Amino acid sequence: MNSIEIKNIYKSYKDAKALENISFEVKKGEIFGLIGPDGAGKTTLFRILTTLLLKDSGSASVEGFDVEKDYKAIRNIIGYMPGRFSLYQDLTVEENLKFFATIFDTSIEDNYELIKDIYVQIEPFRKRKAGQLSGGMKQKLALCCALIHQPKVLFLDEPTTGVDPVSRHEFWEMLKKLKDKGITIMVSTPYMDEASLCDRIALIQSGRIMRIDTLDNIVSAFPGNLYAVKSGNMIALNFDLKDFSGISSSYIFGEYIHISLKKDNDENMIMEFLKMKGHSDIEISKLQPGIEDCFMELMNNPENR
Amino acid sequence: MRTIFYIVRKEFKQVFRNKSMLPMIFVMPIIQLLILANATTFEIKNINFGVLDLDKSPLSIRLASKFEASPYFIRTDDPHSQKDAEEGILKGLSKMTLIIPKNFEKDLIKENTAEVQFLINAIDGSAAGLIAAYSQNIVRDFNIDEGMNLINVITPVQTSAISVSYLHWYNPELDYITFMVPGILVLLVTFIGMFLSSMSIVKEKEIGTIEQINVTPIKKYEFIIGKLTPFFIIALFELSFGLFIGKLVFDIPFNGSLTLIFLFAAVYLVAVLSIGLVISTFADTQQQAMFISWFVLVIFLLMSGLFTPIQSMPMWAQRITWFNPIAYFIDAMRMVLLKGSGFADISKHFLIMTVYSTVVTAFAVFRYKKVN
Repeated sequence: MNSIEIKNIYKSYKDAKALENISFEVKKGEIFGLIGPDGAGKTTLFRILTTLLLKDSGSASVEGFDVEKDYKAIRNIIGYMPGRFSLYQDLTVEENLKFFATIFDTSIEDNYELIKDIYVQIEPFRKRKAGQLSGGMKQKLALCCALIHQPKVLFLDEPTTGVDPVSRHEFWEMLKKLKDKGITIMVSTPYMDEASLCDRIALIQSGRIMRIDTLDNIVSAFPGNLYAVKSGNMIALNFDLKDFSGISSSYIFGEYIHISLKKDNDENMIMEFLKMKGHSDIEISKLQPGIEDCFMELMNNPENR
Repeated sequence: MRTIFYIVRKEFKQVFRNKSMLPMIFVMPIIQLLILANATTFEIKNINFGVLDLDKSPLSIRLASKFEASPYFIRTDDPHSQKDAEEGILKGLSKMTLIIPKNFEKDLIKENTAEVQFLINAIDGSAAGLIAAYSQNIVRDFNIDEGMNLINVITPVQTSAISVSYLHWYNPELDYITFMVPGILVLLVTFIGMFLSSMSIVKEKEIGTIEQINVTPIKKYEFIIGKLTPFFIIALFELSFGLFIGKLVFDIPFNGSLTLIFLFAAVYLVAVLSIGLVISTFADTQQQAMFISWFVLVIFLLMSGLFTPIQSMPMWAQRITWFNPIAYFIDAMRMVLLKGSGFADISKHFLIMTVYSTVVTAFAVFRYKKVN
């Protein structure tokens, strides 16, 4: 059974195409990650699914409700956490939570079970104004407010952007617990490392989905062989590698340059080529591809342009 | 209903938590009433004036001293030639210079007619008009007084058989404060209604809370009513507070029914709050909302009849004021408070205001739906 179904969605803002032919499904009780750089169209997709924005064409449904026809029903069963902190900064933690509980016609007490784990962490500050909380605390409060009416589906738009690593880790722990309670979670993030925490991920770039699968499948589908290369002159190395016809993609990655080789090429050929170009201190080592490498490979792939 | 109540409560909490709000609500009316009511008067006193007396006769000296004796004029300049007199005006030594020509006394006695000249600085047109009127009054008085004296000496002069006396109804002493305070109260109520309501809705847009609200099952009308009700209440409170100060400090008359005033204010506020709502649909930030509100308010205010009578505006401008809610409220306030008008007397105002409110509210709701 699918919780979210999206078919051939298109959306443009004036001339700019924000989403092009997006289709995928999210299963019930799944953590689905939408991974892509800023401006890829993640927020636009979220706004369409949360009934805040109208799509140009295509169809989308959440828990069987159409996002346009049944928007009222959807608003009762989803929780949404926008990318920007958007609670009342001049109300206290408790007042914010209470306000959102009342507009959903429920109370904190009725739903305490669900938010307990998160709420205990911010409870010591319940008399503090939301605007005076730290970044991590704000995220927890926003999550509480999004959960206060026991939603079936949770939409989290970049919930960990600008949050410290410890809070990020805690946040993902909470998401796992919510998943165990049967809540479907759709989360977007620009951080590739968070991909491994999702059940399935969609890689999105310039309004198009490049691949949807589990992380393992995406990584194992990496074409060709991946090597990390380093030499005494990195700037020249970067240019020289682009001239080598046996390389399908190359990009700077930390202090190394990652290259993926086409079939029938191996590291010895690179070594010889680089020596011929006059490089010294050459290091070449084979790599297990990570999510970043997959993303870069997909991005450089002409099919996805 | 319950949802609206919670939104109203939330809104009140936010209003009172805002550091600048409480002083605004309580200090603004006091300052506006005390300062504006005393400052905005159409009378001019202590006008600087000069006399160029080329005649230097007993009569010319008497005329000059008649000006000096008036409470409106203070002699600050003493030119010795026509050129001097003009320079005095140019340099700002005097606002008006009385020029008495040579042979003034001789002409007056012999021909029973003489001329004097007023040089008036007319940068401020309305002030110049008043100065001219005051001056003519003094000269007329002088004519009557001296005419009487002259009768005995020379030829009998026919003095006017008709004398005019005035009785000013509803404001017998022509007290400007009585006239201004009701108008300033309207201003106060309008400020609160338009500024605060438009800014408060835009604030939700600006800090993004409206996104969070929009994904909840809350209905648009619940949100709007919940947002605007607090400002409706605050504005009515402001009106009572202002009326209280007006009575206490200026002893303005309450000739009509206060209930009627509040009833009218309620209808009026619906229109003002709706204008605020319309403004909020055009603005994305509080700053923009503020500027648009100012633009609208300044036009409404200067064409409201508070400072300059509507009757003195050109016809096209008078037609514009038909669409100015402030003008109706100020007029109704003055009628009820000063004249003691009842419902029947201001029923036309009431009808227009009701139609106005309905139309503006409908437009505001239409705009709001379209934008969101």
